[in-house]
Amino acid sequence: MNTVIVLVIGIAVIAFFGVYVSWRAGRLDRLHARLETARAALDAALVRRSSVALEFASSGLLDPATSVLLAGAAHDARSAQDSRELPESDLTRALRAAFGQPDFRALLAGQEGAEELLAELEGAAHQVFLARKFYNGAVAATRAARSRWLARVLRLAGNAELPEFFEIDDSLVSAGENGQAADMPHLTG
Amino acid sequence: MKVGLVCPYSWDVPGGVQQHIRGLAEALADLGHEVSVISPADDDAALPAYVVPAGRAVPVPYNGSVARLAFGFLSASRVRRWVKEGDFDVLHVHEPTAPSLSLLACWVADGPIVATVHTAIPRSRALHAAQPILASALEKISGRIAVSEAARTTLVEHLGGDAVLIPNGVAVRQFEQADPLPGWPGEGGTLGFLGRLDEPRKGLPVLLRAFEIMAASRPGLRLLIAGRGDLPEILARVPEALRPRVVLLGQVSDEDKARVLHSVDVFCAPNLGGESFGIVLAEAMAAGAPIVASDLDAFRRVLRGGRAGELFETGSAEDLAAAAGRLLDEPARRARLSAAAAAAVRDYDWPVVAKDVVQVYEAVVPTAGRVAVAL
Repeated sequence: MNTVIVLVIGIAVIAFFGVYVSWRAGRLDRLHARLETARAALDAALVRRSSVALEFASSGLLDPATSVLLAGAAHDARSAQDSRELPESDLTRALRAAFGQPDFRALLAGQEGAEELLAELEGAAHQVFLARKFYNGAVAATRAARSRWLARVLRLAGNAELPEFFEIDDSLVSAGENGQAADMPHLTG
Repeated sequence: MKVGLVCPYSWDVPGGVQQHIRGLAEALADLGHEVSVISPADDDAALPAYVVPAGRAVPVPYNGSVARLAFGFLSASRVRRWVKEGDFDVLHVHEPTAPSLSLLACWVADGPIVATVHTAIPRSRALHAAQPILASALEKISGRIAVSEAARTTLVEHLGGDAVLIPNGVAVRQFEQADPLPGWPGEGGTLGFLGRLDEPRKGLPVLLRAFEIMAASRPGLRLLIAGRGDLPEILARVPEALRPRVVLLGQVSDEDKARVLHSVDVFCAPNLGGESFGIVLAEAMAAGAPIVASDLDAFRRVLRGGRAGELFETGSAEDLAAAAGRLLDEPARRARLSAAAAAAVRDYDWPVVAKDVVQVYEAVVPTAGRVAVAL
């Protein structure tokens, strides 16, 4: 009689544990899926930003020195394969240097197509900022879930690589000028 | 002739291009030409009378490192004003592909423009991306100068067309006379090295190995090293027993550079390659230092095939040790090499080089009119 009860309880515990593990594995799977979507969105935003920067550089709206600077930085960012963080940060800094010129907007104002291109470039830069924030959020959640002992012991993540944060300088406003810089990559001018 | 020189990099930051422009400007003035230089610099910076500041340079990522450049509409309008007021016979821009004043000068000016390319940039795809932008400004250049064969190749690849080769000048006067540093060269003999310590192509490791070989049989021999780099890391590569005999000065000023060159018995240039001309080698020649140098084509040419300095097999520490040892043992031979070097370097003295540059000016001026503002 006793052994039957023990057996039943044992089976129930094992069944419950199985269900729990499968739920945890499913959750990890969902997290990885979210991570992939966020990564794709970030890639797309970065490519768009460098494309618009290149278009801006070759628009003829700028002086040739600024154009060459932007074209070089945009090209380096777009063609980087493995270590993208540095060239992408460099593109941000080149954009910031270009936009930071005294009276930059006033000098461009009135030129045909300038307003649209500026708006597009700022939009693209803001998209990078948002996409990176969401991607890093997904990375943090995934890393936290994977660091739990159950996930580690049972290797619930399988062979998926541990995701890395994507750390770049993506603010068009330098930190000193504006306390809100981190959340407001738009130019204030 | 009224000459306008355009410097793309900050005047107050030490650099090869700035040094070149300073030497050229002063040599041209000595030849009786009227010279004005425009350069990125703070408005209140202490500048020679012939330099016009174009505003502060902004640090930006460029070509894989951070460069201080002047760009933008404001810089362009300052260059335009300088061109207008200068009323030059010829405009001479330096490093015209760098996104700075030189490129802007090509953009805002018309007339006789001469350009000098200094650095050899490996075929860069980023520069390729900027090609259409560069093309319209660079088309205006009517005379091209390259300071080295490598720079000339870069120019031909990026801009097309050929260039005249005029080597860097050396301010021989600055190096001829200097007091040795106190306590140098000393009794047991001194080997010297000058240059970036962490740049593998400068070949410092070859010299360190050669020093190890020589130090065994020459108890008084010392090694004097000047140049930028990680000093403790360099010293760690020397066996502990020899460390007291190796002196690292770090980066030194121009005046101290001359003193270092006068403080050694044998100056070593163990470069492994990539050196297009070897300005340091020419400076050592001007100082009359007996030289042992790698057997590179460029060095062989500057050292007159070995008559103005001993050549050794590039990269071979044993050969360097043997050559330097021979020189240390024969003071008469050292004196002969020193005199030959001081004579040979005259060809690279600024007054001589500046005359070659003036000939290029004269070739473009009559056909291209006067320098005027384009926009």
